[in-house]
Amino acid sequence: MIAFVIRRLLQSVLVMLTVAFISFALFRYVGDPVLIMLGQDFTQAQYDTLVSELGLDQPFYLQFAKFIVAALQGEFGISYRLARPVAQLIMERLPATLELSLVAAILALCIGVPMGVYTGLHRESWLSRFFLTISLIGVSLPTFLIGILLILIFAVQFGVLPSFGRGDVVKFGTWSSGFLTTSGLKALVLPAVTLSLFQLTLIMRLVRSEMLEVLRTDYIKFARARGLTNRAVHFGHALKNTLVPVITITGLQIGGIIAFAIVTETVFQWPGMGLLFIQSVNNADVPVMAAYLLLVGFFFVAINLVVDLLYYVVDPRLRVDRGAASGH
Amino acid sequence: MADTPILEVKNLRVEFPTRRGTLVAVDDISFSIAPGEVLGVVGESGAGKSMTGAAVIGLLEPPGRIAGGSISLAGRRIDNLPYEEMRKVRGREIGAIFQDPLTSLNPLYTIGRQLTETILTHLPVSQAEAQARAVDLLRQVGIPAADKRIEHYPHQFSGGMRQRVVIALALAANPKLIIADEPTTALDVSIQAQIIALIKKLCREHGAAVMLVTHDMGVIAETADRVAVMYAGRIAEIGPVRDVIKAAKHPYTDGLMASIPKVGRTDARLAQIDGAMPRLNAIPRGCAFNPRCGRAFDRCRVDRPEPLAAGASQVACWLYDTAKGDTP
Ligand SMILES: Nc1ncnc2c1ncn2[C@@H]1O[C@H](COP(=O)(O)OP(=O)(O)OP(=O)(O)O)[C@@H](O)[C@H]1O
Ligand code: SF4
Ligand SMILES: [Mg+2]
Repeated sequence: MIAFVIRRLLQSVLVMLTVAFISFALFRYVGDPVLIMLGQDFTQAQYDTLVSELGLDQPFYLQFAKFIVAALQGEFGISYRLARPVAQLIMERLPATLELSLVAAILALCIGVPMGVYTGLHRESWLSRFFLTISLIGVSLPTFLIGILLILIFAVQFGVLPSFGRGDVVKFGTWSSGFLTTSGLKALVLPAVTLSLFQLTLIMRLVRSEMLEVLRTDYIKFARARGLTNRAVHFGHALKNTLVPVITITGLQIGGIIAFAIVTETVFQWPGMGLLFIQSVNNADVPVMAAYLLLVGFFFVAINLVVDLLYYVVDPRLRVDRGAASGH
Repeated sequence: MADTPILEVKNLRVEFPTRRGTLVAVDDISFSIAPGEVLGVVGESGAGKSMTGAAVIGLLEPPGRIAGGSISLAGRRIDNLPYEEMRKVRGREIGAIFQDPLTSLNPLYTIGRQLTETILTHLPVSQAEAQARAVDLLRQVGIPAADKRIEHYPHQFSGGMRQRVVIALALAANPKLIIADEPTTALDVSIQAQIIALIKKLCREHGAAVMLVTHDMGVIAETADRVAVMYAGRIAEIGPVRDVIKAAKHPYTDGLMASIPKVGRTDARLAQIDGAMPRLNAIPRGCAFNPRCGRAFDRCRVDRPEPLAAGASQVACWLYDTAKGDTP
């Protein structure tokens, strides 16, 4: 178990280093940071001083090392566009994105899994067919279109939900939460639904096909032959065996949700990291882009790590084999 | 009523509706098993042995269905029970042993959990009593250190050991009938005899009758009290093991026995007779065996032979129709 965790951790560190390198390369070599900082008027002497002050004349591996040390301390430089520390900007925006992603992920799981189980168990029922048809729409319509449609219906037509922004937030230190105010919760509905729809249908279809697969296995037939109740067979035996693939995909999807939030945040003007990122791209605000890349990379790696550990919890075959298979 | 058979199958017919017409996998078969008796069932692949077993235990896979006849367990009809009633019969009154022990057990649960779950489903005992019974069952099937092994997962056991666990599961609620469908086919040759001996011994101790489907005439000779020979969804011959093996009456059985070098050898398997068993959609008129039968006469190509008494056996062959004296 410990060896497994350490191996996974080492792998994660490697991946993070790779992402950090890309992020560093972006930061260092896309555009000339010195030029951007100096503005229009400067002398060669000024330029050279700044280069050595920033350490840009040092060998690249030293610069990379410094970049990593700084990143570990949450130092990502100064935003070109807003002239404020990048770390501060991101910390302001992070809660909005995480809250949105969390709610979207919970929606996708809590609705997607039961729908998948239902459609897997009742293949022929009209409700299953209905879910499957609906899910086709979910997969094929692009996110921004769904967002705009929802805005048209619920914000413009009926005026029941806000179409942009985050509503009122409550501050806890550096964290701002929209969970505790009515306007915050109302503002969350449309973006969360939009963001979750794609993942929801994906999870539903995945759980369904896994259920169908598992229901055909011998151990399910044997469980029935032992006279177990349908409930025990379906939920105790079948559903649990679908969990490994479902955890994998769901893990990837949660990473995807955080990344895809860019589109949803843009449509709903949601003040999160995604929106910040888009604005930075438009203004070639490289430090912010580099930091965003690093952060999203970190989320992906962290989620993957959790997924691996969950496998370990779910599937005994992966655990260290203490009582190895014995003879006949 | 010691004379009531534990299982009585009358005129059972199993159909598979398909696009290209209805296939009859089991066609009008009747047999019974007395309490504690071992009935061997042999026949070529596709003869309908597994379908018969599945029909008895109420687990025919749709679209397969019982299209006629009746199945009675200890005098009570079970072929028309509602799902929930039949579920209570499975495991409690009829146990099953499947072919492949590697896939019969749910990989995600300990064998102890699978045993106690089966016991608690059917018997009014406490968790602790179920646990004790589970350990006891494992001991009975010859698993060393049963009280420790009960905590182990299926992948921690060898194939032979897993089949022992499957046998323990089949016997968990003390059923009066065990259906064992080729219980050793998937096992290493060196342990097949042990497993068969174990099934026979335990079923005797538990007072359970057995319907033993196998390709192995050696196993039949050593284990069964009576044997049914199936051909193209019908029973060709059924009778006491000694009669059928030493003095086969039906020309098909005769051919089967002749093709075995030495009865009693465990490696003696069914060898081919000239020609092949007809496919379900091309069963010939009259006697299904007539194209391959060396003794066929006109009537065989027109009328289907009913089971006819011949000594202690029943034989579906016009050669034994003494009433009409219509033999060539
Ligand atoms: N889903 C299905 N649809 C149509 N026909 C089927 C289906 N399942 C089985 N059959 C047919 O039913 C017949 C009986 O099959 P069964 O499994 O009972 O044979 P068996 O005697 O057990 O053979 P084996 O020795 O290979 O196990 C076979 O001819 C098979 O082709
Ligand atoms: S009924 Fe006729 S064809 Fe069929 S086995 Fe008997 S003799 Fe052969
Ligand atoms: Mg079979």
